[in-house]
Amino acid sequence: MSFFDLKGTLKPLTALKQFGKKPHTISYPKVSKEAADRYRGFHYNDLEECIGCGNCSTICQNAAIDMIHLEGIEGKKGDSGLRPRIDHGRCCWCALCVEVCPTGSLSLTKDYNYVSEDPDSFLWTPGKDNPQGKEKISFFSTEETSLNVFQRVPMPELEGKERVKSFAEVVLGYSETEARAEASRCISCGLCTEVCPDHMHIPEYINAIASGNDADAVRIIYDNNPLPEMCGKVCTHRCEDVCAIASRGEAIAIQWLKRYATETAATADITHEIVNPEIREANGKTVGIVGAGPSGLTAAYYLALRGYDVTIYEANAKAGGATMYGIPKYRFPIDSLDKQIDYIQSIGVKINFNTKVGKDISFKEIYDNNDAVFMGVGFPDAWSLGVDGENAEGSIQAFRYLYMINSGEKVDIGDKVIVVGGGNVAIDAARVSRRMGAEVTILYRRRVADMPAAQDEIDGAEEEGVTIVPQAIPIKVIEDEKGHVKAVEYLKAEMVPDERGGRPRPVAIEGSNTIIEATSVMAAIGQKGDYSFLEKEFEDKIKIERGRFIVNEKQQTGDPKVFAGGDAVNRTADAISAIADGFRACKAIDEMLMTK
Amino acid sequence: MREKATTLYLGPQHPGITGNMMVRLKVEGDTIVKATTEVGYLHRAFEKLQERRNWLQAFTLLCRFCVPEPDPVEESYARAVELLEGREVPERAKYIRVLMLELARMGAYMLWYGGQNGSLGLYTMGQWSVGDRNYILDLFEELTGGRVYHMYIWPGGVRRDLPEGFADKVLRTMDYFEKRLKDYDDLMFDNTIFQKRTQGIGIVPKEKAVEWGVVGPILRGCGIKSDIRIDDPYEVYDKLDFVVPTHEGGDIWSRALVRREEVRQSIRIIRQVIEKMPSGEIYNKIPNPHKWALPKGDAYARTEAVRGEVGMYIVSDGSTHPRRTHFRGAAYVHAITLLEKVLVGANVADVSAIMNSLGTCPPEIER
Repeated sequence: MSFFDLKGTLKPLTALKQFGKKPHTISYPKVSKEAADRYRGFHYNDLEECIGCGNCSTICQNAAIDMIHLEGIEGKKGDSGLRPRIDHGRCCWCALCVEVCPTGSLSLTKDYNYVSEDPDSFLWTPGKDNPQGKEKISFFSTEETSLNVFQRVPMPELEGKERVKSFAEVVLGYSETEARAEASRCISCGLCTEVCPDHMHIPEYINAIASGNDADAVRIIYDNNPLPEMCGKVCTHRCEDVCAIASRGEAIAIQWLKRYATETAATADITHEIVNPEIREANGKTVGIVGAGPSGLTAAYYLALRGYDVTIYEANAKAGGATMYGIPKYRFPIDSLDKQIDYIQSIGVKINFNTKVGKDISFKEIYDNNDAVFMGVGFPDAWSLGVDGENAEGSIQAFRYLYMINSGEKVDIGDKVIVVGGGNVAIDAARVSRRMGAEVTILYRRRVADMPAAQDEIDGAEEEGVTIVPQAIPIKVIEDEKGHVKAVEYLKAEMVPDERGGRPRPVAIEGSNTIIEATSVMAAIGQKGDYSFLEKEFEDKIKIERGRFIVNEKQQTGDPKVFAGGDAVNRTADAISAIADGFRACKAIDEMLMTK
Repeated sequence: MREKATTLYLGPQHPGITGNMMVRLKVEGDTIVKATTEVGYLHRAFEKLQERRNWLQAFTLLCRFCVPEPDPVEESYARAVELLEGREVPERAKYIRVLMLELARMGAYMLWYGGQNGSLGLYTMGQWSVGDRNYILDLFEELTGGRVYHMYIWPGGVRRDLPEGFADKVLRTMDYFEKRLKDYDDLMFDNTIFQKRTQGIGIVPKEKAVEWGVVGPILRGCGIKSDIRIDDPYEVYDKLDFVVPTHEGGDIWSRALVRREEVRQSIRIIRQVIEKMPSGEIYNKIPNPHKWALPKGDAYARTEAVRGEVGMYIVSDGSTHPRRTHFRGAAYVHAITLLEKVLVGANVADVSAIMNSLGTCPPEIER
């Protein structure tokens, strides 16, 4: 190459042809660039849609998101009442918070310009501080792109046709692989814990199952529930109603996972080995418990662990209360219950079976001989329909019917059964009757959607061939000449909106009388308490209003020494509330006796 | 007469536009007799930080390993994870990944054009190429939502599908670049100043190159054909037709020629990708990230970046968090051990040009 290279000197001068061309950069701030449709700018949060689960905060690897209280947003079931606040000085715009938001309320916008001398002003709450952001949403998650797993692992179940042939358990339970897969969907937000009456440590035990530590899961579950297998099978699982994942998908099968964990402990001995409970030395105090239902058993178990001498008085031959006698065995097999009762007895709880308080032993005696008393007496009596012919032969209380079947008694119901009611007892009686070979019709005053029974129970009944006639008000049970049930007459009802804003009321339509043939009629319109075992002196002290004991937040009745729980106290009338009552009462009794 | 040696500190503030790093030079006159690199200005402990994050969270740190070209890092991490887990990636996602990688290569070379010329005092080139790079960033913004940090290639596939009309826009941009590169030639490669300042400068000896662990365009600038895209094809590179350019010489000039050709090959690859890309899924979804555990074991995946081979080595103890991640970056070899050797005997005025030419990238060296 020569020293002077003409081409190499002139060629660069061609750059001059660019002279006078418009620059391809924009002239900021005169012009501001519109961000792309998918731009990851400042956050926007739909505060109404957000449930405050905090998953955004958990996934944020920069600790840029914290959950705060906002004025005007109250916590409620399924909503923590918290909303994410974002430190835009820490945010790295990765948008993982958007990808994991179960409701899809959190998104990023096209806004990206913000200048301030005040470092604190970079900390703001999306949605509240930038309401205009809604118009500029650019990066958002759909059900397709979301990193939440919305599909539940299906639970293997017996076919409807197979089910009615026997009392075999309908739900077959998850396999290990299925349970791990289902558990791994959980985002550990804890909204479920909040709504569980017993505040079980749900995210913790699900986490243990997901990471393969079933024994840990069992131990965590036994922290505050001594009847977890029962809950795993028959709980009303309100936790699942508020599951964050359910906002766009199917709730985590919390109930089935608990069931899975407890079933890994196959016997009472294995349960004992896994839970390995620390039983404190006897403290010399005694507690008497009336009724071996879920609340009584729970109080007994945790009191025994704390060193109390606990005796339960149970009128029936088996423990479990309504879960033993009221729940059909295809939902909750007897071995499953026995295993848990055996375990509870194995830590020192004494149960006196076939001992009816008020008959075999007086309440006063229990009261006098113990330092504290807990009553978990339940609702043993059923409400009657209050219609003509109700006392005909073949007319039976559904609750009583379930009791007899569960006790192994034979009941002749014929081949056409009418069940009246829409709660779980009605469905149970109907499904049991199907298993006894009868055709079953349920008459319910309101619409199917209004039925208090769990939806999966209603679905199960329909799959098994139960006919549900909604908006039907029975007015008469028709007897044949021998005094046996022959048919039921009912009126069709229309739903009338409630003037006071309550749920619509059924009002009978005049002249819509319909008669339906029947060989037996079962009333399932609710149960009530029987407090005849209380002597007069206690009846006055222990207040009873509208058929229930009045207790304070510690489950304590008007008599400071007497505590109560379960159906005879709370309106929800489910096992988990009873267990929660028992656990609360245990803590209160312990506190009372130990601080004396 | 032998001159007295003086110590000079070059950096740590941006020698050229490479990033924060210092070179301590012992000079006699303006000839370097010894060069010692001093790093430590950019250490952010990303590998350690990844151990505290779950497998998905760890992904968001990757783009920061190398700012000019973050995508190969994301790609090698994603592929290592997929390898360890046995996760299949949809075909379409693989094509989109190659599209991203090649766009990133072009974007990084546009910065190199600026840096290489800027270090020689030829500033117009940088204004052009960095301006043109914006067209690539516009594409990134439209596809990923981010201009510089894309966080787009993740385990299982890519985050979002191409927006409507995106493919056409890419092709239009490629047409623009093809025309525009002729202007670059006029201003840079035909420029006598550029030629004289690069020919015979910063020579990496061919016979030592492999021994010293030199890779990528620097090895190819020594006349040795080596490219992971060909040698160990990943994604869909084996289905694409392109040439790996080499030039003998080992100096800045031959490396520049290699890079000049590679930009053109990237355009060629991108056009093929757009043409051949199948329809279908873009993502084989990972499970819930909070509980996503990888099987016990380790995996390594390597990717051809503008600096050469980069790779991600991951170790899992079977849990939801990495036990260890290690990033193999070409810049470590080139900008520390190689640079110290090449600088000996060089002129002080050429240091920045040599550093640029060797693909010095301090954020990648230090992580």
